[in-house]
Amino acid sequence: MENSNIKTTGNVFVDNPRMTARNVDVYYGDKHAIKDVTIDIGEQEVIAFIGPSGCGKSTFLRTLNRMNDTIDICRVEGTISLDGEDIYAPSVDVVPLRARVGMVFQKPNPFPKSIYDNIAYGPRIHGLTKSKSELDDIVESALEKAGLWNEVKDRLDQPGTGLSGGQQQRLCIARAIAVSPEVILMDEPCSALDPIATAKVEELIEELKSQYTIVIVTHSMQQAARVSDRTAYFHLGDLIEVGNTEQIFTNPSHQLTQDYITGRFG
Amino acid sequence: MTNKAFKGLSPQEATARVEASLKQRRKKEKRFRLMGLSAVVLALTFLVILFSGILTKGLPGMFQHYVQLDVVLDKARLDPQGDMSDASLFSGDADKIILEASLASIGEEGGRKTKKTLRKMVSSGGSQRLIEFVKANPELMGTTQTIKFAVDDDIDSFLRGFIKRETAEKDRRINDFTIEIVDKWQEAGLISYELSDYLFFGSASRDAEMAGIKGALFGSLLTLAICVSIAFPLGVAAAVYLEEIAPKNRWTEMIEININNLAAVPSVVFGIMGLAIFIVTFGMPRSIPLVGGIVLALMTLPTIIISSRAAIRAVPPSIRDAALGIGASKMQTIFHHVLPLAMPGMLTGTIIGMAQALGETAPLLMIGMVAFIVDIPGGFTDPATVLPVQIFMWADFAERMFIQKTSAAIIVLLAFLITMNAAAIMLRKKLERRW
Repeated sequence: MENSNIKTTGNVFVDNPRMTARNVDVYYGDKHAIKDVTIDIGEQEVIAFIGPSGCGKSTFLRTLNRMNDTIDICRVEGTISLDGEDIYAPSVDVVPLRARVGMVFQKPNPFPKSIYDNIAYGPRIHGLTKSKSELDDIVESALEKAGLWNEVKDRLDQPGTGLSGGQQQRLCIARAIAVSPEVILMDEPCSALDPIATAKVEELIEELKSQYTIVIVTHSMQQAARVSDRTAYFHLGDLIEVGNTEQIFTNPSHQLTQDYITGRFG
Repeated sequence: MTNKAFKGLSPQEATARVEASLKQRRKKEKRFRLMGLSAVVLALTFLVILFSGILTKGLPGMFQHYVQLDVVLDKARLDPQGDMSDASLFSGDADKIILEASLASIGEEGGRKTKKTLRKMVSSGGSQRLIEFVKANPELMGTTQTIKFAVDDDIDSFLRGFIKRETAEKDRRINDFTIEIVDKWQEAGLISYELSDYLFFGSASRDAEMAGIKGALFGSLLTLAICVSIAFPLGVAAAVYLEEIAPKNRWTEMIEININNLAAVPSVVFGIMGLAIFIVTFGMPRSIPLVGGIVLALMTLPTIIISSRAAIRAVPPSIRDAALGIGASKMQTIFHHVLPLAMPGMLTGTIIGMAQALGETAPLLMIGMVAFIVDIPGGFTDPATVLPVQIFMWADFAERMFIQKTSAAIIVLLAFLITMNAAAIMLRKKLERRW
């Protein structure tokens, strides 16, 4: 491992991990994008990945539900498990895995279909419902949980792409929730949103954490500080420091973390 | 910096210089716009000239001259066996009855010369028409009916003024005696100029007045049906595989280059290939829409693959991420999201390919679809010809009337093309409306 001499400081382990990553390395062709990362993601916690651009936080996030599989040159080494089960084992099918580990992307990406169909798509392809009324219930509860029900209940048949940016992102969150995942991965979910829409999404994350484990990648340190329980700081592919959010932002133990949160670079 | 001689421009100087250069720029812009405009105008002018040429030549070709004769429908002579079967009717005296009717029309008993002349003046398709009339109206048997028969193409050309009365008799295709009879018909008001039913409902014929495009039109339809039902699924499948599934390596790159090259291969080469593979090797019959369709499908495949790939590539990756992110399989992502979004683009490519195939002549000559086929093809394995080949054949015939028929057929071909394109645009609009 070329110059991977940086050891993660802080506490990477938790008592009741939902997902665990052990000595994970990710390569894009020759590029060593993630270097020997070990971290636990706990039950019903919000963990934020922060770090300067190109540090590998999004890459690492995408390894957690194997979205990196779509990239031909990407190679993952090490072990990542969900509930103690290795998700990179040859026997694992990515389809149910991604149903258990949902994802929300940087840019809101609703399907060019109706609001109803956007939410119903996941349950439909996974065969979660036996009847139309059950599907209706799932759609309603997912929109309810995403705080969107009152805004869209009268126009479920209208295109999801016709909503405002913030509504679209909450629609995408509702779409992820609709298949009842255990973990929701969010890749800079607010970077394309205005402050008011951002506040709504953050509020939503706060509510969702009672039911789901949420991993959020963010560029905004304020956002990490506001929504997360724990924070992990990545730097050039290394996981530098993991700790309680409060501790990371008030009293980081690593110099690089200190430099980043005080705005010396990033 | 401050020590340098050049201290930068003052705002006033800068403004002045900008003003000066502005004039130049505006001039250039104006020239550029003018060039673009003149190019468009020029193209439009050519188009107008082309279309007006085709229309002025072709529209008269849609009409032809008929003569109306009072025909005595004598059952005993028309239907000698009395069972109204084709065999009986065709062995009847239809030709003679028409001749008698034309003699009556000029009020003459008629010597040999008159009979001989009159026989040549009514189209030889007259008896067929009479038999069809009798078959359609058996209850009129025994009465005298007025029926319109096409005049021979030379008479038609004379009536249109292409064969002139002033020309010396020996240089004319019709003699003075014939003209005399035509004059009698005209005086009696028997000649009419009407929309040609032969053009739209007739098939290939050596007689210009009876030649029609129905056979070629059916041939074109059958060929295109084969073409689209092979080329579209294959093209879309190839495009999906290359864009979404195939690993990006040297092999796929090679395939891509070769597909692009295929798009530039002259169509006649596909014809030779079709001849060598389907007719010589596989022993399929010549002149059939099945082989024609396959050859045209091979020819249009590259076009469809290239445009389909472009359409697939234009689907935003975020849609794929979204589908994969909630656990759709690759297949589901492709069929539920990528294909529906790419469909308008794919259809456009397909229609362009089909339009190209519709107008194609060369490869079809190679596989024998240029044969003289009178029967209207009823299936994919019946000998047939297609519209552009029919046009090509007619353009080669000497009779004056074929020139108009050729132009008329070109109008039909163009109308066909325009309808196809319009359908494509409408289909596209309809599919695109799904956001």
